[in-house]
Amino acid sequence: MSTLTLAKALNDGLRAAMEDDPKVLIMGEDVGKLGGVFRVTDGLYKDFGDSRVIDTPLAESGIIGTAIGLALRGYRPVCEIQFDGFVFPAADQIITQLAKMPLRSLGKLRLPVVVRIPCGGGIGAVEHHSESPEAYFTHTAGLRVVACSNPADAYHMIQQAIRCEDPVIFFEPKRRYWDKAVVDKAAEALPMHRGVVARPGTDVTVLAYGPMVKTCLEAATAAAEEGRSLEVVDLRSLSPLDTDLIFESVRKTGRCVVAHEAPVNSGLGAEIAARVTEACFYNLEAPVLRAGGFSTPYPPSRLEDDYLPDLDRVLDAVDRTFAF
Amino acid sequence: MTVDASRGAEAPPELVQLLTPEGERVEHPAYDIDLSPEEIRALYRDLVLVRRVDMEAVALQRQGELGIWASLLGQEAAQIGSGRALTDADMAFPTYREHGVAWCRGVDPVNLLGLFRGVNHGGWDPADHNFHLYTIVIGSQTLHAVGYAMGIQRDGADAASIVYFGDGATSQGDVNEAFIWASVFNAPVVFFCQNNQWAISEPLEKQSKIPLYRRASGFGFPGVRVDGNDVFACLAVTRQALKNAREGQGPTLIEAFTYRMGAHTTSDDPTRYRVATELEAWKLKDPIERVKAYMFKSQIGDQDFFDAVDAEAADLGRDVRKRCLEMPDPAPLEIFEHVYVEPNAMLAEERDQYAAYLATFEGGE
Repeated sequence: MSTLTLAKALNDGLRAAMEDDPKVLIMGEDVGKLGGVFRVTDGLYKDFGDSRVIDTPLAESGIIGTAIGLALRGYRPVCEIQFDGFVFPAADQIITQLAKMPLRSLGKLRLPVVVRIPCGGGIGAVEHHSESPEAYFTHTAGLRVVACSNPADAYHMIQQAIRCEDPVIFFEPKRRYWDKAVVDKAAEALPMHRGVVARPGTDVTVLAYGPMVKTCLEAATAAAEEGRSLEVVDLRSLSPLDTDLIFESVRKTGRCVVAHEAPVNSGLGAEIAARVTEACFYNLEAPVLRAGGFSTPYPPSRLEDDYLPDLDRVLDAVDRTFAF
Repeated sequence: MTVDASRGAEAPPELVQLLTPEGERVEHPAYDIDLSPEEIRALYRDLVLVRRVDMEAVALQRQGELGIWASLLGQEAAQIGSGRALTDADMAFPTYREHGVAWCRGVDPVNLLGLFRGVNHGGWDPADHNFHLYTIVIGSQTLHAVGYAMGIQRDGADAASIVYFGDGATSQGDVNEAFIWASVFNAPVVFFCQNNQWAISEPLEKQSKIPLYRRASGFGFPGVRVDGNDVFACLAVTRQALKNAREGQGPTLIEAFTYRMGAHTTSDDPTRYRVATELEAWKLKDPIERVKAYMFKSQIGDQDFFDAVDAEAADLGRDVRKRCLEMPDPAPLEIFEHVYVEPNAMLAEERDQYAAYLATFEGGE
């Protein structure tokens, strides 16, 4: 048992994966001597050398494209995209090439590539450093998409993602990088595509992932003081979704709120709402509601507190599910 | 629209050439090649057979058996020359037009047709042939080849990768990123650009103000322009570039100066954008005729040999046609196959739902 920040838990997870399998490589901008702008790869360059921890030229399509080539040669590259807003130059390689290779080869090729993306806002950054692009990738067949919300999951899930034979888009909640928690490294990890009930409750199901899990847990604490019991589910896996867990919770509570930082329009919440409505229609006391970002570009940071769904906006959505 | 009717009329001065369009062997100070009569006959056979496969595929498309086809007509020497320079350990990354390279790598020509017939997206195992799947999006595969070469480097293997792309692709960001990566990592990769003068309707002037091979110097590695219709020169130049790559001397850009004698694909109509005289000029530089002329003159091949190759080509064409027509359509539920390597519950559910839907039609209607 050790107390780790989320960033350090990722770092330890990466180190463990590299020790387990000599084919695991780290690649990205500033991941070497600097250890990444968030220090997630700190110390790996020193211990594993520049053939396994590769400071790449500054071009995201190049990172993913060459990672594909390395994977075709039998390596397991873990790519760091420095910030969420910088993944788009690599979108073609991810969507057109990385996601489709097994299908195109009738199953003969596999690309065990992990793309780590620090995501979300809340750190006072300039534009393109606070985005939540997960829906672009959950919409893309052939990718697996996961998001960790806490240090223990960060440690275990990054290793699971690296062991996975399919490409995995791995979202890291950047405003939670410095949150600490106890990590039991020896504990048996939940399968990567299973969600978890982060806090049990009886009145409303609140579904969240990544940075919003903590916000929703705080909302649940506040709601409890008013006598309302929220069940917070940490989805963890965004594609595929753990629909069994989601439906089970909603059937129990009869109400559902989905919270994410990304804009609600065509966001992951819309997909979840449609599936919950289809599967739990006769259990629902109210429509599935969403608490999320607005249909605007991410605002200047002085306005991000208005943009990001906070505890009160989550509770407002919860309240509205009782108004039907 | 401006058309340079003299395009290709004069051989550019920097061109590496070992066999003139008239079939004369010429010397080049930096490159030479010593081929046995048997090797020359084998190259000739390759050239003729891949042209025949290509011709059959065009015909199959015209008869509705293929959705589309990208003809290699005119580019046989560039592909056979470079393809025969590869060792078994080398890895090739093609575009969608590398039927000649596929031939050199031992890919059954019928397997190339699956993509164009619409029965699959690629019907061969890349690992069996060290020949990657065709890549449709222009230039993407250059990065894959460089990454693969970085893997070769890490393995300490005696191998290189080669990546094929066209003149149009040189404008793509990925290709330029691949040049940078290959250069700074000194990757064992050969960039083989077939400059066939046309990116569908756009002439080279729309892509570059300088000869393409000269781009390499800005990235820090050598570039060479070779007569892409000269199979000997393409073999010699590619062989040397691969050797350099394997020996740790890093990448080379080869610009094979050639000409797309057919349409971009069977959906294209080149009469809308280029003049007939240009094609006529290039017909005089045909990659096969010059080898045949040389072989006649040097008595490496007699009429019996050429007749035998023609007969083999005719048989191959018939065989490809027959087996193309026999290619079965995939079953509907194959849509769901191979999307993921590991099980995916959501996709499995969709598959089951569609299977159940299909089952409602059985015996019904």
